[in-house]
Amino acid sequence: MFDQIQQIISNSPRVSSEATGNWAEEFARNRLIPILEHLPFVPAGVAEHFPVSLGTILVMFGACGIFVAIVPLIPLVLVLAERKVSAQIQNRTGPMRVGPWGTLQTLADGVKLIFKEDFIPPQGDKLLFVFAPYIIFACSFAAFAAIPFGQGILISDFNIGIFYIMAISSVVVMGVIMAGWSSNSKWSLLGALRSAAQIVSYEIPLGLSILVVVMLVESLRMQDIVGSQSEGLFSWLIFRTPFTFIGFFVFFISSIAEVNRTPFDLPEAESEIVAGFHTEYSGMRFALFFIAEYANMFAVSAIAATLFLGGWEGILPGYDFLGGMPGFVLKTLFLVFVMMWLRWTLPRLRVDQLMNLCWKYLLPIAFFNILGVGIWGLIFPKDSRLSIIISMAIIVVGIIVTYAVAGKSLSKRPEPQPSSA
Amino acid sequence: MAAPQLESKFIELQPFSDEMVVNMGPQHPSTHGVLRLELKLDGEVVREAIPHLGYLHRCFEKHSENLSYPQIIPFTDRMDYIAAMNQNWGFCLAVEKLMAADESKSFEVPERAEYLRVLICELNRIASHLLAFGTYGMDIGAFTPFLYAFRDREKILLMFEKICGARLTYNYVRIGGVSRDLPPDFLDEVKEFIDYFEPKIDEYNNLLSGNSIFIERTAGVAVMDQEMAINYGATGPNLRGAGMQWDLRKDEPYSIYDRFDFDIPYGKDMPEIGVVKGDCWNRYKVRMDELKESVKIVRQILELESGIPDGPIVAEFKAVRPPKGEIFFRSEAPRGELGFYIVSDGTPKPLRLKARSPCFSALSALSELSKGLMVADIIAIIGSIDIVMGEVDR
Repeated sequence: MFDQIQQIISNSPRVSSEATGNWAEEFARNRLIPILEHLPFVPAGVAEHFPVSLGTILVMFGACGIFVAIVPLIPLVLVLAERKVSAQIQNRTGPMRVGPWGTLQTLADGVKLIFKEDFIPPQGDKLLFVFAPYIIFACSFAAFAAIPFGQGILISDFNIGIFYIMAISSVVVMGVIMAGWSSNSKWSLLGALRSAAQIVSYEIPLGLSILVVVMLVESLRMQDIVGSQSEGLFSWLIFRTPFTFIGFFVFFISSIAEVNRTPFDLPEAESEIVAGFHTEYSGMRFALFFIAEYANMFAVSAIAATLFLGGWEGILPGYDFLGGMPGFVLKTLFLVFVMMWLRWTLPRLRVDQLMNLCWKYLLPIAFFNILGVGIWGLIFPKDSRLSIIISMAIIVVGIIVTYAVAGKSLSKRPEPQPSSA
Repeated sequence: MAAPQLESKFIELQPFSDEMVVNMGPQHPSTHGVLRLELKLDGEVVREAIPHLGYLHRCFEKHSENLSYPQIIPFTDRMDYIAAMNQNWGFCLAVEKLMAADESKSFEVPERAEYLRVLICELNRIASHLLAFGTYGMDIGAFTPFLYAFRDREKILLMFEKICGARLTYNYVRIGGVSRDLPPDFLDEVKEFIDYFEPKIDEYNNLLSGNSIFIERTAGVAVMDQEMAINYGATGPNLRGAGMQWDLRKDEPYSIYDRFDFDIPYGKDMPEIGVVKGDCWNRYKVRMDELKESVKIVRQILELESGIPDGPIVAEFKAVRPPKGEIFFRSEAPRGELGFYIVSDGTPKPLRLKARSPCFSALSALSELSKGLMVADIIAIIGSIDIVMGEVDR
């Protein structure tokens, strides 16, 4: 029977056909199967016939279990972090009562939400109303499947990893529209449509700036993208060409819009449309939206870190400083912190200004980046020290020029009016 | 003769149209109380906005007819509860002027009381404008200025608590004076606060007024020019934001305002950032500049060479029984010209009392201002005309 299973498994199509040094297979062969020999209840001789592929599957399931258990903890931490960061910015202390330094506050909130009344609008579309949070929740967590936390630490090393993430994160908008429509509330619908327009629009500059990276790496697989940045700080894609440097900011701005955070938080602008598409949700269903929002925030930051900031590769080639899983998480959390920082500092854009920013500024810039990277690839077919030095020089000059130009517009800031009577 | 047909004030729902009628309020986070707006939306664009009032109507004017004049003062607290000191004062000024019509009953408000009134009311103006600034930031989407503003407002409220025991409804200014003298060390506390607060104004200006997203959201939005402002009776920062230098403290000085040196901030065109006279940004900015002017006035009181003159804090008079007659007196409250019209029949109770509320007049312009703008702009307008529903509905 095992043989049959093994046959089925070996014949079944895999997305990543020949993963270099499949860690799960190695783990099964070297660790799991030898253990079987020493177990008292396993009859002698079974262990040596135990198929490696089945072992691999078991290891994979175990790994998935660990991920499924750990990944939902990320929002738990981030919610507390958000509250603490905002508290620091606003001269407060944030939650302090539950647990030491308020660390268990999110758990307490979760328990409260579970015990709340599960309200479904009687005039609404019940089926869609129930399904919407699950779609959003599932999609935002599915993106974690392709995020490489470290060398070999990822659930699935697709050869289309980044494409998969783009695809799965676009499905979120369906859940948002479902939630807005099924609530049978005009404000929810308004929020949902704002969200749909926003996410669909910002997907384009987002995708185009990912394309810039893909053009340089010539692979969609996340591990390849990280692997191409293995030679220290200046081999990170953000510094590789001046165009990826711009692309990083286009990507980051678009991803802030993708996850509906200030200054692009129109879909849930509490001072305009109450809470947007999830106004009518309560209890655990609301908690799912909330968790998904923070999971999304972490996911887009992780993707930005992977694509542009070297992923789990360190600053220096050959050293693990700021590398590995801790380094990756640090980079990601830094980007998350920037998002929180922006949220508690900036006001919100209006819906037409939001669209202007996307279609009139980010989109042309993203196209310009693609053109630029194409030409760059013609001039420097292979990365060399020379190309990186030139790139850094252009970036530094560009920053200085931008500062000079922006400094001029900054000086146009309204001074406190000399209110002479 | 048939009574003129009143125009229908409600938007009629038209089936199968692309337009959507929504209710904004009375339970809404940024309608500053219980304002209800009926919006006719075409997508995000507002085709029509009709404010519906009365959710906070407490029959202040009718009540007043059955109360003696001193008893009305606590009711004025509940009008504009953000700037209750100024409301008290406005009413007391009206009654004092009514009393002055009869020579046998007229009295002089003691010098010390005048200084206390100006000091307290200017502090109250700062508190009121801080709240306007904070909530406006929140309306536009920036949450942090709100907490900064409340941090500083709290300091003023604590001082008020010391002086009259209340944080919101003070009942401090009385007819002929004020209710209590200053507690010991109060002036030092005020000085400490002013020294702390003055640099903060620049910080707030850097944080919000100069923020490019904020300018983008408010500059050139909902322009209420001078003519329109005058036609609608908009006063205070709304009128000054339209570029008119009109401040009762300067133009019709009452009390002792003519002794202080301060400027009247007003709206200006700033084409380099797209700001025009009478837009949301100018209305907001006038308030921010007025903070500085109020600080200036308070500082002048603190730095008086002889200090605040000693003496009684309440004038001596027999009873508040104004002579027969009527009076309209207006004073400059933080939100505009607050007027009280009192008809007296010589009894201790007014025959009729009418309050002219600046918020009510400003709110009437909302309908015209918001036409063709977006939902988010409505919020920006409501915040920039700075209404308090307690005063609109009374």
